Amino acid sequence: MVTRPVAAPAPTPTCDRSDVSAKTKSRRSLLRLLMGGSLAAVWTSLIYPMVRYLIPPAEASATTTETLAAAVGELKPNSAKTFRFGSHPALLVRLGNGEYRSMSAVCTHLGCTVQYQPDTQQVWCPCHNGRYDLTGRNIQGPPPRPLLTYDVKVHGEEIHVNRRQDA
Amino acid sequence: MSKLSAMLMRLVAMLVTVAALAAQGSVKPEPPCPDCRPASETQIKTASNEFRADVHAQKGMTCVSCHEAARDSSNAVSYTIKRNRIPELCGSCHEDATRMKQFNPSLRTDQLAQYRISVHGIKFVKGDMHVAVCTDCHTVHSIQPASDPHSSIHPLNLAATCKRCHSDAAYMKSYGVATDQVAGYVESVHYKALVEEGDLSAPTCTTCHGSHGAAPPGVTAVANVCVTCHVLQGKFFEESPHKQAFALLELPGCVTCHESHRIHPPDDNFVGTGKSAVCGTCHIPGEAAGKMADATHGNFRRLETDIAGAKSLLNRAARSGMDVADAEVELTQASDALTKARVSLHSAQPARVAADLDVGAKIVAQAYAAGSAAWRERNNRRRATVLPVLALTALFVSAGLYVRALEGKGRKGRSE
Amino acid sequence: MAGPAVLWEWIDERVNVRELLTPLMEKTVPRHRFSHWYLLGGVTLFLFGVQVCTGLLLLLYYRPSTTEAYESLRYITNRVEFGWLVRSLHSWSANLMIFMAFAHMFSVAFLRAYRKPRELTWISGMVLLFLCLGFGFSGYLLPWNTLSFFATKVGTEVAGRVPIVGHPTMVFLRGGEDIGSATLARFFSLHVVILPALTVGMVLLHLLLVQKFGMSVPPSVEKHRSRFGNEVRFFPNYFLRDVMAWSVAFAALLILATLYPAELGKKADPFASAPAGIKPEWYFLAQFQTLRLLPATILHLDGEVIGILGFGLAGAAWLGLPLLEARLGKNGGRWTRVAMLAGLVYLASMTLYAYLTT
Repeated sequence: MVTRPVAAPAPTPTCDRSDVSAKTKSRRSLLRLLMGGSLAAVWTSLIYPMVRYLIPPAEASATTTETLAAAVGELKPNSAKTFRFGSHPALLVRLGNGEYRSMSAVCTHLGCTVQYQPDTQQVWCPCHNGRYDLTGRNIQGPPPRPLLTYDVKVHGEEIHVNRRQDA
Repeated sequence: MSKLSAMLMRLVAMLVTVAALAAQGSVKPEPPCPDCRPASETQIKTASNEFRADVHAQKGMTCVSCHEAARDSSNAVSYTIKRNRIPELCGSCHEDATRMKQFNPSLRTDQLAQYRISVHGIKFVKGDMHVAVCTDCHTVHSIQPASDPHSSIHPLNLAATCKRCHSDAAYMKSYGVATDQVAGYVESVHYKALVEEGDLSAPTCTTCHGSHGAAPPGVTAVANVCVTCHVLQGKFFEESPHKQAFALLELPGCVTCHESHRIHPPDDNFVGTGKSAVCGTCHIPGEAAGKMADATHGNFRRLETDIAGAKSLLNRAARSGMDVADAEVELTQASDALTKARVSLHSAQPARVAADLDVGAKIVAQAYAAGSAAWRERNNRRRATVLPVLALTALFVSAGLYVRALEGKGRKGRSE
Repeated sequence: MAGPAVLWEWIDERVNVRELLTPLMEKTVPRHRFSHWYLLGGVTLFLFGVQVCTGLLLLLYYRPSTTEAYESLRYITNRVEFGWLVRSLHSWSANLMIFMAFAHMFSVAFLRAYRKPRELTWISGMVLLFLCLGFGFSGYLLPWNTLSFFATKVGTEVAGRVPIVGHPTMVFLRGGEDIGSATLARFFSLHVVILPALTVGMVLLHLLLVQKFGMSVPPSVEKHRSRFGNEVRFFPNYFLRDVMAWSVAFAALLILATLYPAELGKKADPFASAPAGIKPEWYFLAQFQTLRLLPATILHLDGEVIGILGFGLAGAAWLGLPLLEARLGKNGGRWTRVAMLAGLVYLASMTLYAYLTT
């Protein structure tokens, strides 16, 4: 009572191919064509983006824990450059002795971009004349905190900057 | 067996000794401080409790270190330290560099000398016992170094310490001094930085007034005080036409526009001749300088609005899944330019301000371009989605029609 | 047209595909006023297929480590062409799949399709639903952003509240006491290897059982024998209806993914404080809200523990619904229907409440 035998021997199928007229036949083949066409269109519109997705982009995957800051020889001693590190500007300084230092270029006071001053050998914020030494310590003016410093590694011809693991 | 009995014997002996000691103690209580007749027992107890955490106690000093030293030779009974002797008493150690070196070599020893030239000290020497002495700021028995967060002179507590006298209108009445300084200070940008943002290097009372040499800076000295931190603003002001004009009118520098204690966070509305603008106190709206000020105000507002507009465009693009990180980083430079222009304003030279603003405007234009490109790309994506959706609709419709064609008869049959 | 036909004949001659397909070709589906509800299972299966495809695509660029996960997803969405689409499809399809699985489950429950002999079909379906929730929970962490980090933290903490087995479970899930790279590695392998393997097996079992017993006819329809008797072939009649349902689902998915692309948020910072208004995905909201509303102690017992145990009990009862109902005797059906309705109303209202209050 609860269950019907499933493989019911002769459920009257609603469509019986033998008794359809030629008119319905042609109508059906037209519909079948339409169905096939739209299915093909769906597939095309899926395959295209999929293929484009599979092609690896020219730009290698970047991370914000390590970034290529400069090439070796790009910076003269006692000079610096600003580069983008993740979503913030950062500073790569080459000291007089050839050593590299890197730190965030976002001033801890009001977020202006700081710059390196070769004459004082300090990092200087032009907005309110804040100053940091080359270890990122705030030594003058309104900045309340030191700058975040990064590790610098030289891989062959490239200078990479790393976020500190503990930071 | 013998071992156990020996142990028991020893235990009994110990117990007897302890009991004897206890009995002795209960019979004859040792007074905490002998011969301290005038002070009540509770007073002494409170004082000695407080003193336990005092930096002097930690360095090995006791009650008598001060109270014996202060004893009036004429009075053999009283150990009370009279108010008029306090600065001398503290100074007897704190002025002695050789002595202080043993405890803290980096501690200064000029506090008393400073005190003598402070407003407090000058009045004190004249015999005014209402002015602050050492203990009024440092407390009597719970003295802590300024680095201790519990200290009465820790940066976060200092304003409250000064306030105890300086905001008391009745107490300050005879001096004819205003009592709204702390009330003003707590509204200031400095207080916000100190308390709300936790920047302990932000200025509090003593930063401008000095601590032991506390005195109000004079009209000419005000600029020097502010400039210790606000270097560029001071430099530009020195170069401005205001410098001479203020000197002629005997107006102090910075505080003429920014007030002295109630130094509100700077606002672009300070500029111009509008309602909350400060330029209007001297300049008339129609006059050339007034017009210039109003124009500058407009330029500030425009750049700020433009930056906000570009930011929101980039944000909207970012929320739609577009990558505008480069443009967003670039745009922070526009805010830099605006901040710089606000500093240049102290020179009162429109060309200087305009140069900074132009830099900002250029960056904003670039950000706008990047933002609209991203926005166009977003719209393209949406348009591109129409294709597969149309194809799916076609599939849906054709499949539906096909099913209908297959079952056309069946349907009729069912509805009969 | 000749080419494929020849190839088909060639294969069929050797493998005899036609015979393999016979059960499908002969399969019929009963037609009655509730038969549209049969489509939901098919839509769920279709969305699972979308998940497999988009998931495989995401795997090409995703890197499962705390230092790189967020960055690699940023790369996928911003640098890889159509990467934003693939990720948004995966995220939206996950949500729709779980929604459809729930809808399928409730339709089966209300049509009482779990009756003998289909108890095992019901149980395998429930297992599939739990696997889906597992997919959702493990996949949510993979972007390694603030929201996912704290949602996982809260979620695993809830597991840790269960008496006795709770703490070891939490440590097992997290791969340690805290959420870190070990957790990410675990969740990743769970999401892309273990759960898919289990799910594929379970789906096959579920389909096999459905195939074996055929579609259930609701008792209310069965009573009116006169109106029953209409059956349609599965292929092509019913299959075309499936295709229609899939088209609708896929079009909806595309529109949602384009108009509301999946957000990436900010990279997780384990030392930052939890952002305000943190809440789990919508399918865990009812439980989340209940735990929030429960008092700290009920009859000297920890309120949260009671809540968690309550959910466990309700889940077990729901899983064993067909067996339970048989035990209840003649009026079992009525009782379970009342309980089902109450459960559905409870889940819906709690979810709504959580949405309105946070």
